[in-house]
Amino acid sequence: MLNQKEILSTIEMIDQQHLDIRTITMGISLLSCCDPDPRRACDKIYEKITRYAEKLVRTGEDIEREFGIPIVNKRISVTPMALVAGASETGDYVPFALAMDRAAQTCGVNFIGGYSALVQKGMTLADEKLIRSIPEALARTELVCSSVNVGSTKAGINMDAVALMGRIIKDTAEATRDRDGLGCAKLVVFCNAVEDNPFMAGAFHGVGEAEKVINVGVSGPGVVHHALQAVKGQPFDVVAETVKKTAFRITRMGQLVAQEASRRLDTPFGIVDLSLAPTPAVGDSVARILEEMGLEICGTHGTTAALALLNDAVKKGGVMASSSVGGLSGAFIPVSEDEGMIAAAKAGTLCLDKLEAMTCVCSVGLDMIAVPGDTPAETISAIIADEAAIGMVNCKTTAVRLLPAPGKTVGGTIEMGGLLGSAPVMPVHPESSAAFIARGGRIPAPMHSLKN
Amino acid sequence: MNAIVTVVGQDKVGIIAAICIRLAEYNVNILDISQTILQGAFTMVMAVDVSKATATIGELGAALAELGSEMELSIRIQREEIFDAMHNI
Repeated sequence: MLNQKEILSTIEMIDQQHLDIRTITMGISLLSCCDPDPRRACDKIYEKITRYAEKLVRTGEDIEREFGIPIVNKRISVTPMALVAGASETGDYVPFALAMDRAAQTCGVNFIGGYSALVQKGMTLADEKLIRSIPEALARTELVCSSVNVGSTKAGINMDAVALMGRIIKDTAEATRDRDGLGCAKLVVFCNAVEDNPFMAGAFHGVGEAEKVINVGVSGPGVVHHALQAVKGQPFDVVAETVKKTAFRITRMGQLVAQEASRRLDTPFGIVDLSLAPTPAVGDSVARILEEMGLEICGTHGTTAALALLNDAVKKGGVMASSSVGGLSGAFIPVSEDEGMIAAAKAGTLCLDKLEAMTCVCSVGLDMIAVPGDTPAETISAIIADEAAIGMVNCKTTAVRLLPAPGKTVGGTIEMGGLLGSAPVMPVHPESSAAFIARGGRIPAPMHSLKN
Repeated sequence: MNAIVTVVGQDKVGIIAAICIRLAEYNVNILDISQTILQGAFTMVMAVDVSKATATIGELGAALAELGSEMELSIRIQREEIFDAMHNI
């Protein structure tokens, strides 16, 4: 039987600690939309997305009302578009992005992910066409998100793709110059990308997935922070236990919502992604959790260890609470979307090199970091290569989402508003990596990829 | 189907009466009430049966929220499963 204290603690989590379901994401396979005629392919894409996701937003809102838990985003992920567009006889893939955007607008979702290519071992002609169209596609659409997987533990790192992506990120910033290079906030470069990630901008519906699927992302940095305030000064064993218990509760709620959404939408349940995803709101920050563990400012010595404990405890608590945990599951450290990270970056304590170290133990990677607008493409590529190497060797997902805002320099700030927040421009090393990136080719997969 | 009604706010005369009347209008049966004053705030938790209610939970939520704004209270109704999921294994 429920007691009053438990009921009120849930209410307090929702009201004061920003507990929410961050996203219900419907994954839709578009492989059936392939057509030699690009116009017909786009029509099929629009038709299929709007048919499958017609009730997604309404269902999400119904669940929100009945259970009294905020569901912040309703989103769609689709098959990596390079696989679908590749069947069409055309050199211009932007219309495919426009079709995705129209479908997303019709369904009323916040974002649609999957303008993507998987090129960890090599690029097909379609992959290259898609990648080269990303700057224009992101400039001409509002809701489309794009991702490119350039490496994996199994395949190594495709350094030609890494070199290309540095330029594509610069071009995307330039193409959305009037909005501070906002296009780059919708573009992620991955190593070991996962096929069932419900979070943007990196969501796509993998080819190993079903026809359609419901994936749910839960969040709650504020709840974890609040729970840790009650165990001040106690040993790390207690900290880990506290995080686990909290993560368990949050994930149980996510599992309930996922099953309910799956039933109402007559769509198989995929996974619950238990990620501590911060927002710029005060009290919804991952950095503040790390500081609660005893660090004066996030980014100082000890931060990586604190994050490692947090990331691991979140997974351990969550895995028991759901029939299927997947996606990225762990702690996100996007700088612009986290009030504490923004403060730490502005204070100069949190720098790019420390963030890179933190990505060895967080659930994703270098995320939503503003760098000077005049950062060379090769430097961006080299940052991607470093990050991909961490992912490849440690068998984990890593990602890079950098914002080289045109005209901005260190000390400036990019304002994106909403969940994307604001990012202080952080310095990069001025020394060149151009000759390193110019080599091209492939960095071989590590020894431990040979498991068979 | 059971739901939980929670009420938090400044204590005053007639809170329980007003809420019970509103719930009765929608044919919602009250199963259990527990009420305390917590750190000065009126706090009430009700378990209710909405299976014979004349409105959906969404509509009940809106009606209670309206009553809440008239009485300067936070009143909400949520399906019981959310609390069960979080607190019971």
